[in-house]
Amino acid sequence: MSYFSFLVEHGSTLLLGTVTTIKVLICATILYVIISIIFGLMRVSNNSFTQGVATAYIEFFRGTSLMVQLFWFYYVLPFFGLSLEAFTSGVVAIGLNFGAYGAEIVRGGILAVPKGQWEGAYALNFSPAKRMRKIIIPQIFPIILPPAANLTVELLKATALVALVTVVDLTFEAKQINSITWLSAQCFGTALLIYYIISRFFLVPFLRWLEVLAARKVGKEKI
Amino acid sequence: MNAEWRWDFTYQILPKMLWATLNTIMAAGIGYAIAVLVGMLFLVGQRTPYKIINIIVREIVEFIRSTPLLIQLFFVYFVGPQFGIILSAWVTAMITIGLHFGTYLSEVYRGALEGVPKSQLEACRALNFTTLYTYRRIILPQAFPIAIPGMGNYLVGIFKDTPLLSTIGVAELFHAATAVGGEHYRYLEPYTMVGVIFLVLSIPAAIGIRKLERSVNKAQGKVKN
Repeated sequence: MSYFSFLVEHGSTLLLGTVTTIKVLICATILYVIISIIFGLMRVSNNSFTQGVATAYIEFFRGTSLMVQLFWFYYVLPFFGLSLEAFTSGVVAIGLNFGAYGAEIVRGGILAVPKGQWEGAYALNFSPAKRMRKIIIPQIFPIILPPAANLTVELLKATALVALVTVVDLTFEAKQINSITWLSAQCFGTALLIYYIISRFFLVPFLRWLEVLAARKVGKEKI
Repeated sequence: MNAEWRWDFTYQILPKMLWATLNTIMAAGIGYAIAVLVGMLFLVGQRTPYKIINIIVREIVEFIRSTPLLIQLFFVYFVGPQFGIILSAWVTAMITIGLHFGTYLSEVYRGALEGVPKSQLEACRALNFTTLYTYRRIILPQAFPIAIPGMGNYLVGIFKDTPLLSTIGVAELFHAATAVGGEHYRYLEPYTMVGVIFLVLSIPAAIGIRKLERSVNKAQGKVKN
C-alpha cells in the first residue's frame, strides 16, 4: 500500500483527530493562562496564608507527574461521586498542571520588573491593586512571554496524553488506525508530522507575533 | 463504589508498589545517562564546520523537540517490527527517552557554552592554545557550572515522564498501579499512592537542585535574591 493511498483512506480520520487535539490545546491553554495569573499573583502576595496556598498548589502539581494527575481525575474522582467526561478531565488535568508551571513564570515576571517602577508607584501613592494593575502587570508581558511560549509548545505535546483517557484525538486515532492496518510507520509517522506542522508553522509563529506585540507595547522594539 | 480509603488494601499493595518504584528510578537513571551523551552528540552535530550538516541536525532536533514523547514511543516500538527489527519495551523506552531528552540537554549545553564570555575564547587564541586545550582547560570548566541547574531540571523531568513508558508495557510504578487497580477494581489507593511516591521523590530533588543552583551562582559571583 503506497503512502498516498494510505492518506486517501485514513487522512480524514486523522484530520478529525487533529481537530480534537486543537480543541484540547485551545481549552487547556485558556485554563492554564487563567490559573497561572491567579496563582502567580497569590505567590507574590504579602499575606502568608495566600502565599502558602499558592506554594502548596504549585509544589503539588509540579511534583506529581501529569499522567498520574490525568488518570487520577478520570479514574479516581468517580469514587467521590464526581464523574468528569474524558475531554473535561483531560483539559482540567493539563490546565492545572501547566498552570502550576505558568504561575512560577508569572511570579518571576513580576519580580523582574525594575525596582524603579515599584518605587515610582509608591511615590505616587498608588494603592496596591492599582499599582499592580496599571504599572506592574502591563510590563510583565515582554518578560514572561518567551518562557510562556516554550511552555505552550510543551502543552501541545502534552495533549497527546489525553488519548490515554479515551479522548479521541490525533494520538488516539493514530493508535486506532495502527491496530486495524498495522501500517505503523505510516500512521505514527503522519501523526508526528502533523504535531510538528502545528507547532512549527502555526503555534510558534503565533507566539512570536505575540512577543513582538508585547515588546512594542512597552516601547521595546524586537525583531 | 465508595470513596473510603482502605488502609489494609494500602498495606497489601505497598511492597509491590515500592518494588516497582525501583524500576521507575532505574528507567529514569539509565534514560538520563543516555540523554546526557546524546545531547553532546546533538550539540557537536550543530557546531561542525559544515553548514549543511549543522542545518540538518538542527532540523532533527527541532522535530524531536516539537513532537510528543508518547507518539515517539509508539513509533519506535511499532515501526521496528515492520522492518524486522524487534526491540524489547525497555530498549525502546531507553532509546526514545535518550533521543527526546537529548535534544533538550543539547540546548542546555548550548546555552552554557554561550554563557562563557567570548573574551575567554579570544584570550586563548591570543595565547596560541590548541582548540582541544582551550575547551578542556578553559571553556568547559566555566560552562559546566552554568549547565548544572538545567541538567538537574531535566533529570526530574525524565523522572516525571516515566509513567508514559507504561503505555508500551515497561513494568514501572504506573504500570504496577494500573495492574493492581485492575486486579482488585480499586483505583483510588494505587493511583493516589503513585502520586504520593512521586511527590516524596521529586520535591527533595527539586529542593536539592535549587540549592545547587544557588551555590553555583554564588561561586560565580552572581548572587540571586
